[in-house]
Amino acid sequence: VAQLSDIDTPLALPGDALREGVVHTLRDALGDALIDSLIKPNDDVWVRVRTDAWRQAGQVLRDQLGCDYFCFISAIDWMPSPYGRGEDDPTQPAPERDTEIRQGYTGGDTRMQVFARVTNISQHFGVTIKADVSDDVPAVDSWVPVYAGANWHERECHEMFGIGFHGHPDLRNMYLPTDFEGHPLRKDFPLLARLVKPWPGIVDVEPLPGDDSTTQDGEASE
Amino acid sequence: MTDIADRQKLSYIAAQAADARLNVELETEGMTLNIGPQHPATHGTLRIIVRLDGEQVIWAEPSAGYMHRGYEKLTEVRTFPQVTALVNRIDWLGSFANEVPFILAAEKLMDIEAPPRAQWIRTILFELSRIANVSLFLGDLGVQLGAITPVFMAFRDREHVLNLIEGATGGRFHPNFDRIGGLKDDLPAGWIAETKQVMKKLRNFCDEIENLLFGNEIFQSRLRGIGVIPAEVAKQYGLSGANLRASGVDWDLRRDQKLPLAYDKVDFKVWTHPDGDSFARCWIRLQETREATLIVDQLLDGIPAGPIMAKVPRIIKVPEGEAWVSTENPLGEMGYYVVSKGELGPFRVKIRSASFNNISIVPWVLRGVYVPDVISILASLYFILGDIDR
Repeated sequence: VAQLSDIDTPLALPGDALREGVVHTLRDALGDALIDSLIKPNDDVWVRVRTDAWRQAGQVLRDQLGCDYFCFISAIDWMPSPYGRGEDDPTQPAPERDTEIRQGYTGGDTRMQVFARVTNISQHFGVTIKADVSDDVPAVDSWVPVYAGANWHERECHEMFGIGFHGHPDLRNMYLPTDFEGHPLRKDFPLLARLVKPWPGIVDVEPLPGDDSTTQDGEASE
Repeated sequence: MTDIADRQKLSYIAAQAADARLNVELETEGMTLNIGPQHPATHGTLRIIVRLDGEQVIWAEPSAGYMHRGYEKLTEVRTFPQVTALVNRIDWLGSFANEVPFILAAEKLMDIEAPPRAQWIRTILFELSRIANVSLFLGDLGVQLGAITPVFMAFRDREHVLNLIEGATGGRFHPNFDRIGGLKDDLPAGWIAETKQVMKKLRNFCDEIENLLFGNEIFQSRLRGIGVIPAEVAKQYGLSGANLRASGVDWDLRRDQKLPLAYDKVDFKVWTHPDGDSFARCWIRLQETREATLIVDQLLDGIPAGPIMAKVPRIIKVPEGEAWVSTENPLGEMGYYVVSKGELGPFRVKIRSASFNNISIVPWVLRGVYVPDVISILASLYFILGDIDR
């Protein structure tokens, strides 16, 4: 039995040079379809590609960069929630909220973005890749032909964000009933449990024993 | 040994092909069978719809979602410290392990690191959750293949580990013990000596299971050569943990990445198996449980002195940014993609749980197998429903 597990690869942590190589390879293969990239030293690499190059980018990652381990696909809705954190007092008018859409790392032009992560197992690095999703027709190409495991992730993404995936074999709902209306992880979908009755946390502003400082904004500190 | 496995694999494939031919010749009618949602092999409520032709599965589709709790949405209305109470319930057999990657992601965004003592205790509790989780798998495996004894042994010995977790954290199943910047409390007196005793018991348990189950001829013939997943397919589907290593892929996030945990301070072996069948997956888990007890033993000898909390503000606001942290949880790679907008709570948390990917391969791997093997393949893939549905 002992010989079965004698594959001991030495621990080699990915350097930033390797991550820069990733960005270079993607730029060579995709040209101007690679919109932006970000390397955080000793941490991770983010890239953003044009929506129409989404599947091609997956192919480059798999075939040229050896990222054949599929981690996940999901999406982000960058619109700030109109409901805040669900701590409003229902008897008062809703407070003014920031409605500006600010995208995260590597920027963006649309409200929603899909993002995915793939890993190169032999060289021990991962890449987070993003793409904008058009506001009018929220759809991108499916990754199922590239990574078979994308199937369920895209189904989940479809029902939670309402993003379509061209070429996906079967975009049925996974969690929700078939006739469910709305996309729960979009920010404008209310978390009803927080709207039908006030969140008990908002009254929890009593100071702790021996603590003179009052908490900020009436938030519970923990 | 590999020779026998190969022959079994080939005869299994030949039998599958012969049966498929016979089914065509006899013009048999298909039948749809529901496995679950309340089947004991489903670790919760997973329903698997299989289309049968005779004894053979021609199509299978898991239907998840009976336990969807929407944690990704719920995290958006909570503060960072509150999220750990939610994510505890994802993989409920190894709860502490769920908290760690989230806390590490928040610490990464805040650019703080837990003091060494907290890192070591975190790692110990992490491995204890692995032992508690996987030891139950080893017992449950017997039940699903028709042996009732191992599950009693597993519950008996898992209780020791749960007592340890309870002793240190106050919670048997849901510790909620990890904090941004360290841990809630230090270890109680006498805990280290007791843990050493329990680790000995657990190694005995592994030996018992190995003798009782893994050497058993029926057990071997039910698992060897069944449900073979090649390494390429496993990676495509994002299988992780023991399922991936059983396909011969040498990948373990405890060893292969730099995290502020104490794994680089201990010497441990990452077990892999070339076969990729159900037996390999079970065998890897057995070895990993034993390896985990050895990791805990090594860590107990060297816990550094010092504080268990770093200096963190009383009201935790996490700076704007995005962070991805994943760890090698009992079920596989569990990661959190945390997006913060500099507020009290996260803006978006993507929870990448291991079982979701591990079970998405079911339609692929069940095609063409026989009905009794459906259960053994599901058992060997090992999933927990909370980890699929989140």
